[in-house]
Amino acid sequence: MIEFILNNQTIKTEQPAGSTVLDFIRYHKKLTGTKIGCREGDCGACTILVGAFENNKLVYRNITSCLMPLINAQAKHIVTVEGINQTELTPVQQAMVDSSGTQCGFCTIGFVMSLTGFVMNQTQTNFTDAIKSIDGNICRCTGYKSIEKAAKILSNQIEKRPTHNTLNWLIENKYLPNYFLGIEERLRKILIQQFTENKQAIKLGGATDLNVQKHQLIKKSIVQNLYDDPSLKTIEKINNEIVLGASVTVAQFSESNIIQNIFPNLNKHIKLVSSSPIRNMATLAGNFVNASPIGDMTAFFIALDASIIFNTNRKIKLKDFYKGYKQLDKTEDEIIEKIIFPIPSSTTFFNFEKVCKRTHLDIASVNTACLINVDNNNIIQQIYLSAGGVAPYPKYLSNTCSFLLNKQISEIVLQEAITVMQQEVAPITDARGTTEYKRLLLRQLFLAHFKELNVEINFIIN
Amino acid sequence: MHTQSHHNIFIGPEYPNHVKGKSIYVDDMPVMEGTVHVKIFSATIAHAKIKSIDFTEAEQTEGIIKIFSAKDIPGENQIGGIIPDEPLLADGEVHYCGQAILLIAAENEDAAEDALHKIKIEYEPLEIITNPRVAYAKGKLLSPTRKFVLGNSSETFKNCKYVFEGTTETNGQEHLYLETQGAYAYATEFNSVKIFSSTQGPTAVQRTVARVLGVSMNNVEVDVTRLGGGFGGKEDQASTYGTIAALVTFILKRPAKCVLHRMEDMRMTGKRNPYSSDYKIGLDDNLKILAYEVTFYQNGGAAADLSPSILERTLFHCTNSYFIPNVTATANSCKTNLPPNTAFRGFGGPQGMFVIEAAIDFAAKQIGVEPYIIQQKNLLQNKNELPYGQIIENCEAEKCYSNTMQKANISSLKNEIINFNNTNKFKKKGFALMPICFGISFTHTTLNQARALVHVYTDGSVGVSTGGVEMGQGLNPKMIQVAANALGISTIKIKLETTNTTRVANTSPSAASSTTDLNGHAVYDACQQINTSFHSFIKKDLQLNKEDVVEFRNEVLFVNNQSKNISWNELIAKAYLARTNLSAKGFYATPTINFDKTKEKGHPFSYHVYGTALTVATVDCLRGTYEIDFVKACHDVGTSMNEKIDIGQLEGGLVQGIGWMTMEEIVYNEQGKLLSNALSTYKIPDIYSIPKEIDIEFLDTQNDNLAILKSKAVGEPPLMYGIGAYFAIRNAVLAFNPKSTITYNAPITPEKVLMGLYNK
Ligand SMILES: Cc1cc2nc3c(=O)[nH]c(=O)nc-3n(C[C@H](O)[C@H](O)[C@H](O)COP(=O)(O)OP(=O)(O)OC[C@H]3O[C@@H](n4cnc5c(N)ncnc54)[C@H](O)[C@@H]3O)c2cc1C
Ligand code: FES
Ligand code: FES
Repeated sequence: MIEFILNNQTIKTEQPAGSTVLDFIRYHKKLTGTKIGCREGDCGACTILVGAFENNKLVYRNITSCLMPLINAQAKHIVTVEGINQTELTPVQQAMVDSSGTQCGFCTIGFVMSLTGFVMNQTQTNFTDAIKSIDGNICRCTGYKSIEKAAKILSNQIEKRPTHNTLNWLIENKYLPNYFLGIEERLRKILIQQFTENKQAIKLGGATDLNVQKHQLIKKSIVQNLYDDPSLKTIEKINNEIVLGASVTVAQFSESNIIQNIFPNLNKHIKLVSSSPIRNMATLAGNFVNASPIGDMTAFFIALDASIIFNTNRKIKLKDFYKGYKQLDKTEDEIIEKIIFPIPSSTTFFNFEKVCKRTHLDIASVNTACLINVDNNNIIQQIYLSAGGVAPYPKYLSNTCSFLLNKQISEIVLQEAITVMQQEVAPITDARGTTEYKRLLLRQLFLAHFKELNVEINFIIN
Repeated sequence: MHTQSHHNIFIGPEYPNHVKGKSIYVDDMPVMEGTVHVKIFSATIAHAKIKSIDFTEAEQTEGIIKIFSAKDIPGENQIGGIIPDEPLLADGEVHYCGQAILLIAAENEDAAEDALHKIKIEYEPLEIITNPRVAYAKGKLLSPTRKFVLGNSSETFKNCKYVFEGTTETNGQEHLYLETQGAYAYATEFNSVKIFSSTQGPTAVQRTVARVLGVSMNNVEVDVTRLGGGFGGKEDQASTYGTIAALVTFILKRPAKCVLHRMEDMRMTGKRNPYSSDYKIGLDDNLKILAYEVTFYQNGGAAADLSPSILERTLFHCTNSYFIPNVTATANSCKTNLPPNTAFRGFGGPQGMFVIEAAIDFAAKQIGVEPYIIQQKNLLQNKNELPYGQIIENCEAEKCYSNTMQKANISSLKNEIINFNNTNKFKKKGFALMPICFGISFTHTTLNQARALVHVYTDGSVGVSTGGVEMGQGLNPKMIQVAANALGISTIKIKLETTNTTRVANTSPSAASSTTDLNGHAVYDACQQINTSFHSFIKKDLQLNKEDVVEFRNEVLFVNNQSKNISWNELIAKAYLARTNLSAKGFYATPTINFDKTKEKGHPFSYHVYGTALTVATVDCLRGTYEIDFVKACHDVGTSMNEKIDIGQLEGGLVQGIGWMTMEEIVYNEQGKLLSNALSTYKIPDIYSIPKEIDIEFLDTQNDNLAILKSKAVGEPPLMYGIGAYFAIRNAVLAFNPKSTITYNAPITPEKVLMGLYNK
């Protein structure tokens, strides 16, 4: 049985643990405010807010309910539009109306929920954050300009939001109904689930890959929730290494102070990865195990020379994890527990590049990450390069790295490195581009790393 | 009729409902006990004979009620709207991937899903054609070739200083209405059905259902609350799903629901027609375009659907906003093995405009001038004759163009861009101007008619029914405005009812940007009829003179401009007691329009909408990505009756047009299988990819026009501003690589940009 709070109502349900929260709220609870646009996490029409304890604090995040398995709702607060509606429009709803941020109305609830999440979230303070909160919401009617206006109105309003007793302020100003005051206490009384291992179970992270690829199967199977296992949620700095729990989400990773201190451009890089609601669900280990050739976080961590540790205590380098298309160095029963990477020195340069048809909320045509250490004579002391979309799995460009190591950066060296690189990749033509395009793009993004490092690369201009 | 200025920003009761999640779409309707869920088993091969099909095992699956094939259709297995060339369920042959073959009626969706996998089918493959030029070469046309001729182009080319030829391609576009296709139906008494359909064309659904079920139209009631977007995709194609639900309910006598999943929708439904085109353009010394020849090869897909009509509009707009005295325009609707392509905002107009813009751009580059010099010299003026014979009146082309030039300060902008491009090695900017001239009316003259039903209830509240469908375009608020205006009462008193074929019959689809004009006039007519009977009652009751002018202002009676301090409510109640007719059926047929297809000449449009947009784009020449810096435009709205809605249409249309021209790429493989078959592989603009700034100025014109309240149609025209984004990006590519061989092939995806930046 799964127990959680839906809006103001405590739910105990025997519905399949692997069925989606979307189907539960729409078809079992008849809460039809939440819409279905794709069932793939790609449109945001089904956006809801999920309140859960993070570091013992109740935090609300927007997620796409079409991908969220019911089991991941255990002991959480699920909020749909019906759960924020009051007699009058809330300021978020009013802002959307006043700026004509709605036309056909089908996407609208998703925007309302995401923007409500924005005003609720202490760490989000400005217009950029407001836009970020709706970067997973697609609208086909408005062209977004009016929605930007609503976001502007709201980011102005929350300048008055106090840092203490925020919830009271939100309730006083009608962003939320009264009952929110009692939620924290009610939630604490619901047991979080037992995370006992179940060998037959399908292991679920955020299920953002699983529910896209195999939702029929998940619904009918025994599932095990790794997503909420507290032992898999830690972010620690231990000596010269960062140790991450496997179920740390992309959002949690990017928000962590420890991590932010290491990567000055982190926000810019993470903005290229999926969307806010997906990042709120997507776990790092899920990205690694899914083994998509274009996995962004995988490319990112390969270039960090990361290792993974299984529940069997086996430890391997992430770059050695991949054996072929969706073939992994992992037994059925092995679960990733930890992800470890050495903290790059302060002189180390790290960069991540990704190009797709649409810059945001899209899968890469090609992505690549690069960690590089160059001495005063421009000699490469250390280099890790990865690339996605150019091989059947996330590729560590080992030949290119070996070639570049200990060489002084020059036009000729880079040209030669490109030749080496082209020999170790084999991109295929698909909906994300032709072979020729992907090869050219890889060359360009390789050079982009060096341009970001302030190396002159004008030689490529014809 | 005097307009009430505060109504300029009236939003109506819909938006507050939308933001609360209370607006109801088909899938939100409470389902009745015993509802059957319908799944479609569709073709996985684009062209084949069905050798055998066996669904015995599938039908025995738990939860399956019945599997329907073409044999179960009681009436005609035919859903073709213009030309009867499309079966509801494939019978013997399939013509495109995604074509419906069987219907699985099940107790729930999961059972239906299970049964899908148990159906055994064997195909005998036939030749697959996906390219319209190949289809043309093999004589596969959906409808006869059309040709518009003005003057004598072939003779004139001999006298031209410059003559250029070329080829262009524009790809299709997925509608991506956020609400997928769907319908819910149940059987009613006397062999009848009632269908709740997500359709732009309630009557089209009704007609198709009647035909397929073999019943009369009065046995079929279609009701539409609203759509979660349509954009043309639910003009004709919604009939399929309405008919499927109706068929199942008609046979099983249980309510039936058929709502498509996104991937089914993308796979099964048609899209904007791709076009491949050849042009030849001739100019004189002064850069006047003297002659233009163009041949369009429209990719129609496997059945006619609306393609022949779309083709016609391509011809109507083949010279866009320019006067060209000698034109020969030929258009072929080619039959291929893709899902039947269909209406999409602009309805073939954008595809025609792209070609002339490419021709002008190419000519300009060859001659060595800025394209806008040629554009500007050839803009339409009053009394010009269009290739289809209509004479231009109330022309606003030059005004819009020069306003936009001024707004953007074109000469300094040009210098800024040159400076930017000189100082930035890996970033280049480009700009383009895009004028538009778009004809308003259905080009099929018959469709330019509408009806409306208005009731005034005894408490003074008003119910309005029209044949128009609200799909986000703001029809309902505008209809409320028209009624409020005509009756002299507050908008709060008026409720827009669902669109229902038993209340308003013989509707034209909500399309061609004409819904507000046609239905608005019909509402106005109905209100005037009520005014006539009601006002004559008032005159009798208050013993006024025949000549006295009676009207209501804000629900208060005014006689000869004097307030009488008597309220609308009070008088309505009295009028009822005195047995006055307080209901009326309004009717409107657009006057003056006509078109003779045998001569391809006439006056098909009630008026034209003009405008010009300027787009500036920046290309990242290292990565091949781009951003739109801004779009500035001057757009002719007549006298806007609702600025908020009109701005929303302009911005939304523009961004949709930019999407079509930039990132939206439909990919079929050579076997006719859709590869861009989900939102993960087909990308429409998100909030980060829109222009950083959109600045649209209304050209407020007081000219008389046939638009309702003089407020010109605004649904489709702005989409075509998106074409400017294509040329702006292309120009930036050329700034980096002047020798680039980049062709006129839209959309200009990051792939095409990068290849263009680095080819030689
Ligand atoms: C709309 C959308 C956009 C996306 N955009 C991107 C993008 O831009 N870039 C990108 O890289 N990806 C993207 N993805 C893919 C996906 O979000 C990521 O791959 C994500 O990191 C997967 O994590 P998850 O927790 O959701 O995995 P799940 O779906 O829960 O699991 C994926 C696989 O990993 C296994 N697994 C999970 N945790 C463990 C563990 N600890 N040990 C062993 N096995 C485990 C599961 O059994 C399963 O096989 C997108 C997905 C969606 C729906
Ligand atoms: S339905 Fe589209 S994101 Fe969930
Ligand atoms: S308002 Fe229609 S999709 Fe956004």
